[in-house]
Amino acid sequence: MVSRGLKRLYTFLMFLFIYAPIVVLIIFSFNNARTRGTWSGFTLKWYAELFRDKEVLTALYYTILVAILSAIISTIIGTIAAIGIYGMTKVRRKIILNLNYLPVLNPDIVTAVSLMTLFRFLRIEFGFITLLLSHITFCIPYVILSILPKLRQMNKHLAEAAMDLGATPFYALRKVIIPEIKPGIVTGALLAFTLSIDDFVISFFNKGPGVSNISITVYSMARRGINPVINALSALMFTGLIILLLIINSRSSKSIGERGDII
Amino acid sequence: MDKTHIIDLKNISMEYDGTKVLDNINFYIRKNEFLTLLGPSGCGKTTTLRIIGGFEKPTEGRVIFEGRDITNIPPYERQINTVFQKYALFPHMNVFENIAFGLKIKKVPKDEIEKRVKEMLRLVNLRGFEKRSIDSLSGGQQQRVAIARALVNEPKVLLLDEPLGALDLKLRKEMQTELKNMQKRVGITFVYVTHDQEEALTMSDTIVVMDKGQIQQIGTPVDIYNEPENAFVAKFIGESNIVDGIMHEDYVVEFANRVFECVDKGFEKKEEVDVVIRPEDLEIVPLEEGQLNGVVTSVTFKGVHYEMIVKDGNIDWMIHSTIMEPVGTEIGMRVLPENIHIMKKVVEK
Amino acid sequence: MRMKWTSYPYILWMIIFIVVPLALILLYSFTVGEEGGITNLRFSLDNFRRFLDPKYLDVLWISINLALKSTLITMVLGYPLAMIIAKEKPKKRNVMILLLVIPMWMNFLLRTYAWLTLLGKNGFINYIITKLGFAPLNLIYNDRAVLLGMVYNFLPFMVLPIYSVLVKIDKSLIEAAEDLGANKFEVFSKVTFPLSIPGIITGITMVFMPAVSTFVISRLLGGGQYMLIGNLVEQQYLWVGDWHFGSAISIIMMAFILVTMAITAKFDNQKEGGGGLW
Repeated sequence: MVSRGLKRLYTFLMFLFIYAPIVVLIIFSFNNARTRGTWSGFTLKWYAELFRDKEVLTALYYTILVAILSAIISTIIGTIAAIGIYGMTKVRRKIILNLNYLPVLNPDIVTAVSLMTLFRFLRIEFGFITLLLSHITFCIPYVILSILPKLRQMNKHLAEAAMDLGATPFYALRKVIIPEIKPGIVTGALLAFTLSIDDFVISFFNKGPGVSNISITVYSMARRGINPVINALSALMFTGLIILLLIINSRSSKSIGERGDII
Repeated sequence: MDKTHIIDLKNISMEYDGTKVLDNINFYIRKNEFLTLLGPSGCGKTTTLRIIGGFEKPTEGRVIFEGRDITNIPPYERQINTVFQKYALFPHMNVFENIAFGLKIKKVPKDEIEKRVKEMLRLVNLRGFEKRSIDSLSGGQQQRVAIARALVNEPKVLLLDEPLGALDLKLRKEMQTELKNMQKRVGITFVYVTHDQEEALTMSDTIVVMDKGQIQQIGTPVDIYNEPENAFVAKFIGESNIVDGIMHEDYVVEFANRVFECVDKGFEKKEEVDVVIRPEDLEIVPLEEGQLNGVVTSVTFKGVHYEMIVKDGNIDWMIHSTIMEPVGTEIGMRVLPENIHIMKKVVEK
Repeated sequence: MRMKWTSYPYILWMIIFIVVPLALILLYSFTVGEEGGITNLRFSLDNFRRFLDPKYLDVLWISINLALKSTLITMVLGYPLAMIIAKEKPKKRNVMILLLVIPMWMNFLLRTYAWLTLLGKNGFINYIITKLGFAPLNLIYNDRAVLLGMVYNFLPFMVLPIYSVLVKIDKSLIEAAEDLGANKFEVFSKVTFPLSIPGIITGITMVFMPAVSTFVISRLLGGGQYMLIGNLVEQQYLWVGDWHFGSAISIIMMAFILVTMAITAKFDNQKEGGGGLW
């Protein structure tokens, strides 16, 4: 059938469009020549250079540190907050949720400059703390948004049932509610982690001297033109991403589409 | 049955955001009785149950449990357990862990937990189900686990919130008998919430009929069926013909443009009343012997009996009878004085 | 169980890190005076008046224009793809969606940088062209390169919401339409397309919004001289240091986007949850 062949061709072209740049990028991370012009043999020297580059290594350290810390902190605050929000009356819940949506809906750059303004106003020195605080701030809303649906799906009498059987509210929270919403908490934590790793705009405005992350490093390198070290970095990050995705996917293969909606 | 009260509800009122859902509720529950709160959805029966369970605090009034005020005691410190609507079983635990939950909290020794859970599973006919996950159980089985989870704690009162609502008709009938037997066997007080009048009539020792946050009638199933106190109860419990009538004097009432002898008294002269006649109390007789007469306008076969609608002027009488009269026939009807129930008109607030 | 108190720490956090910062830029946008303090501020509309200068209005116009173009292109390219994927069997469908999502989770800068390696003067495309014996083309540092970068980065944002609506459409609706005599085109135009409008609207907001506020794509693929409204904010905050003007531009951008979202949300009655206000 012609239309079927056409569909296949279209799908193929679209995925080619999506993947070609990444593939080229990765291939050329093994190219010996500095400029793109010629392929002059396989090499791993850019990877070696990457791991010798102090700037890149510091950035990598901060990226991972901030991602882990902000994932943990925002998951804790977000989980507790989501449980509280779930128990609120309709009107108050709506107000809180709309405020919570602000960092999600606002352009990153507005969130970034507003936080920058706050830190300047409070005279907090720009650096690790401001970077971490800003990351936690934009991660919490996503954590809450991934936990709330799980709370809504939960039988609303579960906590009452636990207390009916003699559990204190805290015990019910620990033994019944948290285990029930665990998939949402894990999704939220992973989401926070990847969002933090991936962030550029907010970090760019709230970093400090000597403290930056991978995205910022890529940006400053890329502004100077093509650099094979970035290619090597991309290849590594792409592989890392695939591994992470495989982990998430094995956890819950069903919610890929839903997750797509959140991003 | 023991006459002592186990629970007293005194002047309970409840408001949510300015709307009154319970309006001065007063009743008591006797030890070891099966009491049912019956009413349409939104009548406040579930709220009443939740107040007894400790999940809601009444805006006004007190809950007395064995002479002690427990209004402000949290649910986890009450000797009362609940079987929730849709069971609220913990999905991440298996059958055993669900039933053992309460005992573990009370730090009961392990071997005793084991023993008591086993015992409970036998009671609810689920022997060998310990390791099963909740998802793998049918509705009826989940129901039994929920009951076992509550009963294993040896509560003095068991609250059941429409526990059979999610089951299909046949299973529901079976569970009704089973629940009643279980209650007799364990010998504790059951407080049961339902909107199904038949369920209430079959299982209860006492029925509390509620509507719009108020108690309409309290009594035994027989009392409530035979002597409904007002038109709401009459309509809600079984099917009824309710027509306007006028009380001429004691024992004499007029309705459908005729005067009847009845057994009620104590109304004012010429007082307007509701007259309630059960469909099975209208007897079909030859036309000339009828106190009332009319034309059959519809016939439905209901299994045990026929349901016929008989038009008499502007009144449509519903009759249940084993004799079928074809549509269009003119028939006579008689009713015995003791089957005419006279009720005060409810003045809508 | 009501445990609303557990949200109080976060409410405090929200006030400090969401409400106050926005209030601050709102304050700065309507004032002039010393940086960083609030003691010497004077109320003024100068910042907004300054934005009315044709120089800045042009920047706004170019930003909106480019964002609209990229939204339109992603829609035209993405809708057929979403439809093709939605019609596949569940297993293949999930793989295709995963393939679509993977690059989206890769660092945004690296995705943009990838095009630099393709389009650059010494890039891959020019490498092939010169190998074929032609003169190298000027592919980068222009409008088209920025547009390409936007389309590339935001295409999944258009495909995913359309897909998730299409895949939920009850098959019996389509069969019913066919049963009632609609041909393939009529089924699409009268049933499938109208039902997918909520997805399109979500897609439009999800593409338009980041496109209009970006400053990375324009900087990397548009070159140093290329100016979008995002670049303008960056410039004011980081290089010029005029926070009042920067705040005013941010407020304009935010208002513009929230209004756009409120309008689109009106059409999108299927959206649920707490975002209702927007």
